Amino acid sequence: MSPKTLYDKIWDAHLAHEGEDGTCLLYIDRHLVHEVTSPQAFEGLRMTGRTVRAPDKTIAVPDHNVPTTADRTAGIKNPESRIQVEALDKNARDFGLINYYEMNDVRQGIVHIVGPEQGWTLPGMTVVCGDSHTATHGAFGSLAHGIGTSEVEHVLATQTLIQKKSKNMKVEITGKLAPGVTAKDITLSVIGKTGTAGGTGYVIEYCGEAIRSLSMEGRMTVCNMAIEGGARAGLIAPDETTFDYVKGRPHAPKGAQWEAALTWWKTLYSDDDAHWDKVITIRGEDIAPVVTWGTSPEDVLPITEYVPTPESFTGGKVAGVRRALDYMGLTPGQKLSEIEIDTVFIGSCTNGRIEDLRAAAAILKGKKIKDGLRAMVVPGSGLVRAQAEEEGLADIFKDAGFEWRLAGCSMCLAMNPDQLAPGERCAATSNRNFEGRQGRGGRTHLMSPAMAAAAAVTGRLTDVRKMMTDGVAA
Amino acid sequence: MDKFETFTGVAAPLPIINVDTDMIIPKQFLKTIKRSGLGVSLFDEMRYDDDRNEIPDFVLNQPAYREAEILVAGENFGCGSSREHAPWAIKDFGLKCIVAPSYADIFYSNCFKNGILPIVLPQEQVDILMQDAEKGANARMTVDLEAQQITSSDGQVFSFEVDSFKKHCLLNGLDDIGLTMEKAAAIDAFEAAAAQARPWV
Ligand code: SF4
Repeated sequence: MSPKTLYDKIWDAHLAHEGEDGTCLLYIDRHLVHEVTSPQAFEGLRMTGRTVRAPDKTIAVPDHNVPTTADRTAGIKNPESRIQVEALDKNARDFGLINYYEMNDVRQGIVHIVGPEQGWTLPGMTVVCGDSHTATHGAFGSLAHGIGTSEVEHVLATQTLIQKKSKNMKVEITGKLAPGVTAKDITLSVIGKTGTAGGTGYVIEYCGEAIRSLSMEGRMTVCNMAIEGGARAGLIAPDETTFDYVKGRPHAPKGAQWEAALTWWKTLYSDDDAHWDKVITIRGEDIAPVVTWGTSPEDVLPITEYVPTPESFTGGKVAGVRRALDYMGLTPGQKLSEIEIDTVFIGSCTNGRIEDLRAAAAILKGKKIKDGLRAMVVPGSGLVRAQAEEEGLADIFKDAGFEWRLAGCSMCLAMNPDQLAPGERCAATSNRNFEGRQGRGGRTHLMSPAMAAAAAVTGRLTDVRKMMTDGVAA
Repeated sequence: MDKFETFTGVAAPLPIINVDTDMIIPKQFLKTIKRSGLGVSLFDEMRYDDDRNEIPDFVLNQPAYREAEILVAGENFGCGSSREHAPWAIKDFGLKCIVAPSYADIFYSNCFKNGILPIVLPQEQVDILMQDAEKGANARMTVDLEAQQITSSDGQVFSFEVDSFKKHCLLNGLDDIGLTMEKAAAIDAFEAAAAQARPWV
């Protein structure tokens, strides 16, 4: 047998049909659904009299526009948001989706956090969702990617997706990370190196010692942003860390099925002599805590650097950077660590898991946020929130001056009332710093939870390492 | 879906790289549960000021380009989210074809599913068409999908590549789901075999 990559193996195991022109039908094991990209798909089914082929493999949860304030149990005030969430309630009922976590269920949260948490996401699966950050699930060694609404409808109706195979790209992070450097710094640094289109046409497999040493939470952070690098999906081969995380989750296999699953999962790795179309290697030791300065996730630099000059770029990027700096209100040559912020947002499917909250709380313990700053923590799910309360993290955040919210997407894309005002500057743990992403005219700097916590204390972008002694939060 | 027919139309220049889906259609318009009606909000933040007045400088607000059917843009067009609202807004505005050096994956495939043709051409050729588009309403280009050619206002012909299956569906206005359902037997067989091999799924 010819050597295969992990992607090749999962692809081959899910190929339901191959046409003469190479167009393939890929069977889908898990279809995650949220309220924003699904209404038109269900409408399409109704109009054509079609049904959902595999309701047991379809998981639905509202997340993008649910309010994250305590009063949400009283219902959603914004009529459009309410209509969208109610539409999902109704579609789940009408189409027999039993795996539905409604807004006030404690298990509700961001779809990409709920899936793994409930054990829906397992190694070797194909996972899709009408959301680009579906790449997150690749952390389990599953082939996971975002799809458009027409494809949502296609998967609902046929449990398959029309696909052409992507190319294989290996991103290896060797060695160890320095103290203060996290999974978020890895993933941002990779995009900084490849650019937002560097992964276009590829499925990325992340490997190397620094990746192996990450927890599942960290691996999800890395894969989450594969899409920001343009890739179709990002994945990490499953290992003991993966199996330990999965074991005992509500929808993970049990007993003899667990053993059978484990036997197969252990075959899920790229063969030594597998073919790679592109390889990128980064030394873990070379990665610093980073922040973004522009309006594209590739606009990333170590916190110790300075705002770049447009002329230091080439091609269309010169005008792009000029436009970005103008939008961001920054001057070339300015020290990144002197940029003052107004808001801090900790949350999102990139960094809304328990480990992220622990990292931020470790920095904030016994400290206060800078006077006049607005700061909020939005846990990624109701269960993350409950665990953080149990561990005492919620109190640390509240004592420091953070708002402690209910689970949802919140200020990651500002579809609910959590938005930036024009010109307002935010240190955010989310994944996109596009113009207007967090509110019209809002300015976003992406960074890790620890870096965002450090920024909250000083009121400006801050090197978290200065708040640590011997790698531990001081 | 309507069949994609050869047409001659006005091309609007948008010389920006990394045009992301938040620029194409900001999230406040994702709250709709319909596919139609998004055209007025296309490029909303570039098109309107805070009081919802049109910004006269923006290309699609200029008289010459209000009826544009083609958009010429920079590389990595459509990057960002998977929102199909982006192609819905583009289509609803009246644009049928985009020309750029490259696109983000999901956006690219979303276009075909909505009857929009995203043409990929090398940067130098996009530059030529960009200059052509800047001439205004007189610069009408012709898009011929069957022949895989786009012709500039002064008669220069550029050939482009397109996946044969996608081309076939676009030309004939075919619905993917109907086509896949014809393969139901293969899906049934696969599903049964997979349930044996991986019963825990
Ligand atoms: S948290 Fe942000 S990126 Fe993640 S699913 Fe929600 S809106 Fe999308």
